[in-house]
Amino acid sequence: MIGGIFIQMEDELASSIAIQGAVWAGAKALTVTSGPGFSLMMEHIGYAAMTETPCVFVNVQRGGPSTGLPTLPAQADMMQARWGSHGDYGVIALCPNSPQECFDLTITGFNLAEEFRVPVMMMLDECVGHMTEKVVIPEAEKIEITPRRFTKLPPEEFRPFEPQADLVPDMVRAGDGYRFHITGLTHDERGYPNMSVDTQDRTIRRLLQKLEPLANGRALCETEHLEDAEVVVVSYGITSRVAQRAIELARERGIRAGKFRLVSAWPFPERRIRELAGRVKAFVVPELNLGQMVHEVERAAQGRAAAIPVSHAGGGVHQPAAILKAIVEAAR
Amino acid sequence: MNEATIGKTTLEIPVEIPADAVNPVEPFLRMDRMPHIWCAGCGIGTTVNCFTRALIASKRNLDKVAVVSGIGCTGRVAGYARLDSFHTTHGRAIPFATGLKLANPELDVVVYSGDGDLFAIGGNHFIHAARRNMDLKVICVNNLTYAMTGGQTAPTTPGGVISATAPYGVFEPAFNLVALAEAAGASYVARWTTYHVKQLSRAMEEVLNRKGFCFIEVLSPCPTLYQRRNKMGDGLDAMKYYKQASKIRHGARASECDLTRDGEIVVGKFVDRQRPDYLELLRSQMTETLGERYAEPEVSCCSEC
Repeated sequence: MIGGIFIQMEDELASSIAIQGAVWAGAKALTVTSGPGFSLMMEHIGYAAMTETPCVFVNVQRGGPSTGLPTLPAQADMMQARWGSHGDYGVIALCPNSPQECFDLTITGFNLAEEFRVPVMMMLDECVGHMTEKVVIPEAEKIEITPRRFTKLPPEEFRPFEPQADLVPDMVRAGDGYRFHITGLTHDERGYPNMSVDTQDRTIRRLLQKLEPLANGRALCETEHLEDAEVVVVSYGITSRVAQRAIELARERGIRAGKFRLVSAWPFPERRIRELAGRVKAFVVPELNLGQMVHEVERAAQGRAAAIPVSHAGGGVHQPAAILKAIVEAAR
Repeated sequence: MNEATIGKTTLEIPVEIPADAVNPVEPFLRMDRMPHIWCAGCGIGTTVNCFTRALIASKRNLDKVAVVSGIGCTGRVAGYARLDSFHTTHGRAIPFATGLKLANPELDVVVYSGDGDLFAIGGNHFIHAARRNMDLKVICVNNLTYAMTGGQTAPTTPGGVISATAPYGVFEPAFNLVALAEAAGASYVARWTTYHVKQLSRAMEEVLNRKGFCFIEVLSPCPTLYQRRNKMGDGLDAMKYYKQASKIRHGARASECDLTRDGEIVVGKFVDRQRPDYLELLRSQMTETLGERYAEPEVSCCSEC
C-alpha cells in the first residue's frame, strides 16, 4: 500500500486541473496520458505555470497528429511540451529511456517541480512506456524527497507570490488559515489580478528566469566519449538506446562519435551544446519526429557545428544503421 | 435622511447611517479589492451577501472553507471572498474542487460560478461530479447569458431572446438546470432568485452543513446586457419580475422547472436525498476488498505535515 488517492476523471481537462486542486490542498499529484490527451491538458499546463503549481504530467508519446498511432511510438510532442499552452512560460521536461528511469526520474521530476514550482513533463514514448525491464525500488527512506517549501510567515505578513532569493515564492495550502487567493490572471505579489504592463513584465519574466539554473549548470545529461568526439549524437528517450548502438558501431569503424543524451530536454541545455559546438564537426540528432529538438541543437550551435537531423515519422524506431550512416557522413 | 438610487428609482432611507458603520459582510470580503467589477443592478453581489450570511449562520470553521470559481462575472467571486479562494480556468472549477476535496476531505469546498462556465464548457464536469456525489456545494449564478464577454447565447438562454450571437432571437432549446442536476445524481437541488435573499441564505447554510453534491441555482439579473438588449428594464424591474413570476413549490418535479423569457419561475428545494458520497464509496469498496490492509489515504507532502 502506498497510500494516496487515485481517481479516474472524466477527461484530461479535468485530470490536469484536479491534480492542481490536490496540490493546493497540500498533496503531491500527477496525471498520465498519451498523445491526444496531452493536447487536452495544454490549458492546465499554462494554469500550472501561471499559478506556479508544482505538479507532474506524464505523456507517453505516440504517433500523431490527432489520434495518430495509438500504442506505437513517436517523439513528436517535444515542442508541444515546451510551447503547447498559450503565452510565455517555462516548463521542465524529462525523458527517461528505461523502466528504471521512469521510476527514478519521476521522483526527480517531483523534486524539481517543488524546487522551481513549475509543471514537469515526463516525456516517455510508447517503447519506454511498454518496456519490461528490471526495476530496483529502493527503500523509502533512501529516496531523496524535496519537501514543499511552505511559508514560515504568519497569514497577515504572507504574500503568495513574493519571490524568494531563488525567484520562487513560498507556498501555502488551503485550510491553514491563510485565506489566500490564486488566479490564472496576471497577478501581483498578493495574488490579486493586475493587468498592468509592469506586472505582466515582472511576473512573466520571472516564470522563465527562475528556471535558468536548470537551463545551464544543472541540466541533466548523460554523456560518453565527448573528450575526443568529432561527431556528437544528441538523442533522448528510446532513440538514445538505438543511438548507443550506432555510436558503438561508429567507434568500431574508427569514427570518434560521442553521446549526448538529453535527460532534461527542457529547459534545453543550451550552454553545453554551444560549448561542444566549438570543438566538434557536427551534431547528429535522431528523433522520432520530422525535426524538433534538432532545431534547438542548431540554434544553440550558432553555426559553429552542423546539426543533422535523422528523422523518423514514428510507428517504429530507427535502425542503428540509419543513425550510423548519418554519423559516417557527418565525420567525412 | 439618506437617499439611494437604483436604476431610475430613488429610495429614501429613513435612518441616519453612523459614520463608523461597518457592513457586516465586510469581514468576509477582500476589502482591499473593492470596488468590485459588477455592474449596478447585477445580482451577483446579492448572492455573495447571502453567502456571507450563510457562512455566519452555518458556524463552519471559515479557515476550512474554500471557494473555487471558474471564469466569467460570477467567476470573480473567488477573488472577493476572504477565504482560501481559487479562480481557475473556464469551466474547470469543479474538477479543481474535486482535487482539493480529495486531498483534504476536511475542507468545505464551495464551487461558485456562472451558468456559462458550469453548463457550457464545464457541463461535462458538472454531470460527473454529480454522478460521483462528490462532496461539493455548487452555487450557480444564472444570469441566462455570457455576461462578461458581451452577452452571447449560453446553454441557459431562453428561446426568443436577443443575444450578441442571436440578433434574430435564440431558437435552440435551453438547459433546465434543475432537471439536469437531478438526472445526473445531485443529492440536493434548489433554485432561488436574487429576490429570495432569505431563502437563498438558508439554502446556502443548509448545504454548508450537508454532505454530498449539492446544487443551488440562483436566477440573477444582468441589466447591462441581457435585459438591455431585450428591453427588460433595469435591476429593479428584474426584482419585480422575480417577485411576481416566482412560485415557491418545494419538491416540484424537475420537468416543471423550465425557464422561459418572461414566464413563471418555479423556485424551492426540489431534491434532498441521501446517497453515499464519493469518499464514503471509496472507503467502503477498499475496506471490503482489502480488509485491514486498507489505510486511510494520507496526502501530506512532507515529513512536517
